[in-house]
Amino acid sequence: MEAVIFFIFAATALVGALGVVLAKNPVHSALFLIITLVSVAIFFVLRDAPLLAAVQVIVYAGAIVVLFLFVIMLLGVDRSETLSDPLPFQRPIAILLGVFVVVEIVLLAGRTWSTGARSVRGEIGSTENNVETVARSLFTDFLWPFEITAGLLVIAVVGGVVLARRSGQRPGVSNAGKAELEQEETTS
Amino acid sequence: MDAQDILDYIWLVPAFPLFGSLVLFFFGKRIGEPLAGYFGSAMVGLSFLGSVVAFFALLDLPSEERAHVSTLFTWIPAGAFQVDVAAYVDPLAIAFLLFVTGVATLIHIYSIGYMHGDPGFARFFCFLNLFVFSMILLVVAGNFLLMFVGWEGVGLCSYLLVSFWFLRKKAALAGKKAFVTNRVGDFGFMLAMFLVVSELGTLEFGPALAGAETLAAGTATAIALLFFLGAVGKSAQIPLHVWLPDAMEGPTPVSALIHAATMVTAGVYLIARAHPFFLASGGAASTTVAWIGVATALLAGTVAIVQYDIKRVLAYSTVSQLGYMFLALGIGAYSSAVFFVICHAFYKGTLFLGAGSVIHGVEDHQDLRTMGRLRRFLPFTAVGFIVAWLAIAGMPPFSGFWAKDDVLAKAFYANDYALWIIGVAAAALTALYMTRETFLVFFGNQREEFDAAPEEPDPTESPTVDAWDPPVPTPLPHEPHESPPKMFIPILVLGSLAAVAGVLNLPFRSIEFLSDWLEPVFEGAPDLHANSFVEGALLSAVSVTVGLIGIFIGVSLYRRGLPEPGADPLPQRLGVVGRVLQHAYYFDEGIARLVDKPGRWVANWLAGPLDQGAIDGAVNGAGALVGKLAGGFRRVQTGFVRNYALVFILGTAVLLVVVALTSGAWQ
Amino acid sequence: MTGGASTAIVTITENYYLILAALLFGIGAVGLLVRRNVLVMFMCVELMLNGANLTFVTFADSLNDVGGQSVVFFTLVVAAAEVAIGLAIIVAIFRRRGGATADDLDLMKG
Repeated sequence: MEAVIFFIFAATALVGALGVVLAKNPVHSALFLIITLVSVAIFFVLRDAPLLAAVQVIVYAGAIVVLFLFVIMLLGVDRSETLSDPLPFQRPIAILLGVFVVVEIVLLAGRTWSTGARSVRGEIGSTENNVETVARSLFTDFLWPFEITAGLLVIAVVGGVVLARRSGQRPGVSNAGKAELEQEETTS
Repeated sequence: MDAQDILDYIWLVPAFPLFGSLVLFFFGKRIGEPLAGYFGSAMVGLSFLGSVVAFFALLDLPSEERAHVSTLFTWIPAGAFQVDVAAYVDPLAIAFLLFVTGVATLIHIYSIGYMHGDPGFARFFCFLNLFVFSMILLVVAGNFLLMFVGWEGVGLCSYLLVSFWFLRKKAALAGKKAFVTNRVGDFGFMLAMFLVVSELGTLEFGPALAGAETLAAGTATAIALLFFLGAVGKSAQIPLHVWLPDAMEGPTPVSALIHAATMVTAGVYLIARAHPFFLASGGAASTTVAWIGVATALLAGTVAIVQYDIKRVLAYSTVSQLGYMFLALGIGAYSSAVFFVICHAFYKGTLFLGAGSVIHGVEDHQDLRTMGRLRRFLPFTAVGFIVAWLAIAGMPPFSGFWAKDDVLAKAFYANDYALWIIGVAAAALTALYMTRETFLVFFGNQREEFDAAPEEPDPTESPTVDAWDPPVPTPLPHEPHESPPKMFIPILVLGSLAAVAGVLNLPFRSIEFLSDWLEPVFEGAPDLHANSFVEGALLSAVSVTVGLIGIFIGVSLYRRGLPEPGADPLPQRLGVVGRVLQHAYYFDEGIARLVDKPGRWVANWLAGPLDQGAIDGAVNGAGALVGKLAGGFRRVQTGFVRNYALVFILGTAVLLVVVALTSGAWQ
Repeated sequence: MTGGASTAIVTITENYYLILAALLFGIGAVGLLVRRNVLVMFMCVELMLNGANLTFVTFADSLNDVGGQSVVFFTLVVAAAEVAIGLAIIVAIFRRRGGATADDLDLMKG
């Protein structure tokens, strides 16, 4: 049973990945990405990580890809690229490298890899709720990184606002407000 | 206060002229003529008094203890090697000190008159004082390095004073020539010092000279010859004599003081001081010295007989007389050499001052062919000059006879008959050329007509006469006149000293004052004495006869002066040989061709291909290479993000390989 | 593939997941290097991240350790933040230049 699901969704994941890379239209790339992400979420479920599967769908597929689509629409970067690459040797070397990396991993994957310590941070096992397990781990073993990532998110928000502002614009002034200011200056 | 304490004040003797020089350097212009002259002379006079005091102090000590070292301070403390600023006062030093300061004082006074009206009056006395300081330093120094400081100092002052009238191109070139030629000799001095330090570990006279006998003969010979090279440069022996005739461009007091009485005798002093090295070298070095000395004496004498410049004759004469001094040093007759130095200082000083007086009297004309019967116009000068002439020609009872005879006789006693014969021949030449000069200047024809208006002297033209110059047309443009007393009194004083100085070292055992005085210094020197009184008397008779022959030839040729300005019988009769002599054996031309040209070629090669090409090329090349390499490498930075990403992935791949290989999961 | 059988045809060991994750990673890497549209390049980066996440989860399951899943959590958060900032930067750049591919940004050229 697991094998069937695995192979089906492995196929979809790979199709989606190839689609991201090969699609001419960036909007199509984004949609293919969603296919891949959802497939990966399925895999998470198969490997006893249901919380992560849910977070993956909500955050990745639901927020990040939507953000991509927003920007694509905003900037109108849906022109297709030319076929030939201006940078010399980039394409052949890139494909070579990719193949090489994959082959390497495939070859290595035949060996026994999981030689690490078992159950250091907490067992996943089915007796406890996965959410509880993850939450316990986050708030005890990984408390420090947790707080830092919170800070990271704040920084990201602030950075995003600052970067996206048009230059010379005072914070919080809309176009209507600007017109008002100009009126004041001419009358005073 | 005993003698040792008095001798500790010896540093006052060089301090006076140094002080004088400094004061004149900063305030000379303001002090002005003639006060600057009096001040300078007074400083040197005080030095002379100091020397006299030192002499008596030394006299007070028993003869074995007459070597007083007085240290001012440690100059170079370098571990095992140390050099102090110290004075070494012994009979040799005092002997030199006395006549150097004495003659210098007289010449300073003379210069007040001679340099009257010259715009550089104060500068002259500043340099002259500086020179006396350097010479004193040279003489009283307690180690070779301090002596070398004085040695260089006199060389410097010689340069400054020879090119005193530097607007004259000839003078500037002459100064440069003097300095550079000296430098060649200085090179030898320095190498000798290095050898002494490496072999004996010290440069102080006491230990170094005492240690000389412990050296291997080869080392001692090397040191001795290198010191002699320094002396050859400083005392104008062949082949480094070429600067002295040209140095006559300087004012005559300079020629008298530096190039007759004092600086050129520094070489003699050096050899006398360093004689232990010569004695330890087993004869090789000494023989070289003697032969070069006597060869110089002869060759310079042959050149002097055909020169037309009144000072140039005296210059070659000085070179020749210095040869005698080195002959004496070479055969081991060190006190004879010192005796000769002293007498030579007196009579040559007189001759030069006299020549200066003549030049002053005929308003800067120096060509012998235009002079005649000047004894009518310059009587005092003539008297001094004639006395000195007789002295240098070796006529008894004047000092020159005793001195020259002493040297020649000692050569005979040392069984160096070849040296003796050449020396006698040179004596004949000496008598000949001095007679020629004396008669051409003071006797002979009289020019009756004189032009009343003197011409304005051109500051860039020099009055020295090369032997191949055409004669100045007669008449002399101005009536000759005697010099002021400031000038002729020193001439007369020096002349009288030239007359009586023989008494210092009469060759009779009990009254050889100078030799006895110098004996503690020259222990180990060979004792050369006549086997009998008759032998000595015969040898003296020979030298007197030879001198008389020379005088006789000279008188007969020049009794009536020259028939006409260009018709000098001596060069005419010598024909081609005469011309070679007039050009001084083409020494200058030879040096120009053999040394100057290749030297310039080497210098150009070093400056061009070597320095600019190779060295600059290497340095710039290194920079260029780095630039090129960097230029090549910078092409990695394409600026394209995708290239950078490529490199990332490449790195990842490599990392994977490394991990795989080292993880041990790989079999 | 035979239908209806309740037993698996092959046992899916962790290696299968690792290979799949590697493939996702590789495809994402090649896409990053080959595409010139900045946004598609970004999406390829997301692909690579997903490959890594999958690997983490696989090992968490094999080792029975929840630490792996926590790490994926953090990866997700960081990816989200990175996307936000990255897109903001791209927007800012595109505003100035009015449209560009990755190759137009070559100010770092040495």
